[in-house]
Amino acid sequence: MKKRVKNFFRYRFLLEELVKKGIKLKYRRSYLGILWSLVEPLLTMIVLTVIFGTLFGNNEKTFAVYVLSGRLLYSFFSQSTTATLRSIRGNSAMIKKVYVPKYLYPLSSVLFNYVIFLLSLVVLAVVSLVLGVFPNVYTLQIFIPLILILVFSFGVGMILATIGVFFRDMEYLWSVILMLVMYTCAIFYYPDKLLNSGKGWLLELNPLYGIISCFRDALFGEMMNPKTLLYVTVSSIIVSVIGIWIFYKKQDEFILHI
Amino acid sequence: MGKEIIKVDHVSMKFNLSQEKIDSIKEYFIKFLKREIKYDEFWALKDINFTMNKGERLGILGLNGAGKSTLLKVIAGVFKPTEGSVARRGVIAPLLELGAGFDMQYTGAENIYLYGAVLGYSKSFIDEKFDEIVAFSELEKFINVPLKNYSSGMKARLGFSIATVVAPDILILDEVLSVGDAKFRKKSEQKVMDMFDKGVTVLFVSHSLEQVERLCNKAMILEGGKMLAYGNIGEVAEKYRTIIA
Repeated sequence: MKKRVKNFFRYRFLLEELVKKGIKLKYRRSYLGILWSLVEPLLTMIVLTVIFGTLFGNNEKTFAVYVLSGRLLYSFFSQSTTATLRSIRGNSAMIKKVYVPKYLYPLSSVLFNYVIFLLSLVVLAVVSLVLGVFPNVYTLQIFIPLILILVFSFGVGMILATIGVFFRDMEYLWSVILMLVMYTCAIFYYPDKLLNSGKGWLLELNPLYGIISCFRDALFGEMMNPKTLLYVTVSSIIVSVIGIWIFYKKQDEFILHI
Repeated sequence: MGKEIIKVDHVSMKFNLSQEKIDSIKEYFIKFLKREIKYDEFWALKDINFTMNKGERLGILGLNGAGKSTLLKVIAGVFKPTEGSVARRGVIAPLLELGAGFDMQYTGAENIYLYGAVLGYSKSFIDEKFDEIVAFSELEKFINVPLKNYSSGMKARLGFSIATVVAPDILILDEVLSVGDAKFRKKSEQKVMDMFDKGVTVLFVSHSLEQVERLCNKAMILEGGKMLAYGNIGEVAEKYRTIIA
């Protein structure tokens, strides 16, 4: 254990470099560069608000904030897990030739997406203030879902990274699963109807829905639902433990399959 | 002298060569149900045992496929041995394939930091040595150009310069003393020689027996993953001559 910790500090700079590389290369050669992390969610919000707000008749002013918050959290989850899924295979040239602790690749993939995600929260803050969603004391809870989504995405990412080494199909399968996750996250509709109809379990089973709903509670200045919070916390931790466990169990075999 | 730097203890390395690569879940299930997953076991290394002391320079001889590169990768920590263990002490500079950590979209300068980090250097160390690396690689004019526009010789020069900027305890050379043009080759050989003088422990793979005799004081012959001979360069070289004759 002591050796592991020492190793981690030895490679902290590499982790930093890998995170930096992810951020730098994501927007390299585009004119707006890193500004895209602000512009893109704003444009998506406008599209979603126009379609689901105007056309489907959600006319509340704060609907845009509702849509944007869900969409931001979901897109962090989808981008970071997709990146981790490819992280081992994508770095195969390096893995085959130099020794580097392998968890650095999925970890850096999650972290660089997290940095971009945190940056794009600026848009959310501005939009909230403009549309009259003001912070109060409950807003402070917001760091809880922000940490939980990182832990949850890392756990899912580690599982995917491991599976992705052995089965290429996972990349295609995962994009389909992500679609299912997206529709059960209540990003662009209010879940009340579904929750009251007895089919609520469709949403409640999805930990990402729980994280998003905790996040929205904090954002709109309300107390979080303790039951949801408990479910989300426990499932994030379990997923992470499983992820780390199967990754460590299988990592020595990676090199034979990439 | 006399300090044990590397200890290779009963190391064996097994690869499963599946006849066809199974890449999809569907294929895997079908084959699994039909019990058709067969692997050809292939032992690239079999029960290798040796220790190296500080300042020893070991040349590894053998024909193609004898397991030389696999052995180097096991010692460098890239492969985990199927059986046995490897203990090493000190900083390793693995000159296996130069520039394995390079990113083609990154510029030369960015790659110095990235590859340096891959090799386990700290940021302050690279800051300090940055100019030295650039100067040695003679790439001052191109250092802010993306790597995809480099020639392969330029990439190798940059890789060599980054990997050798440390004063390593263990130097692993896999036929890399043929980097770049004639001028740079001379310079890189000189740099390796300087490290030799400082008492670095060297593992060296080459097909040229003359080069091994010139550079090493110990040698080993590998054949089919087994160690055929180990000892002082003179006697082992003699034996190798009879094998390849």
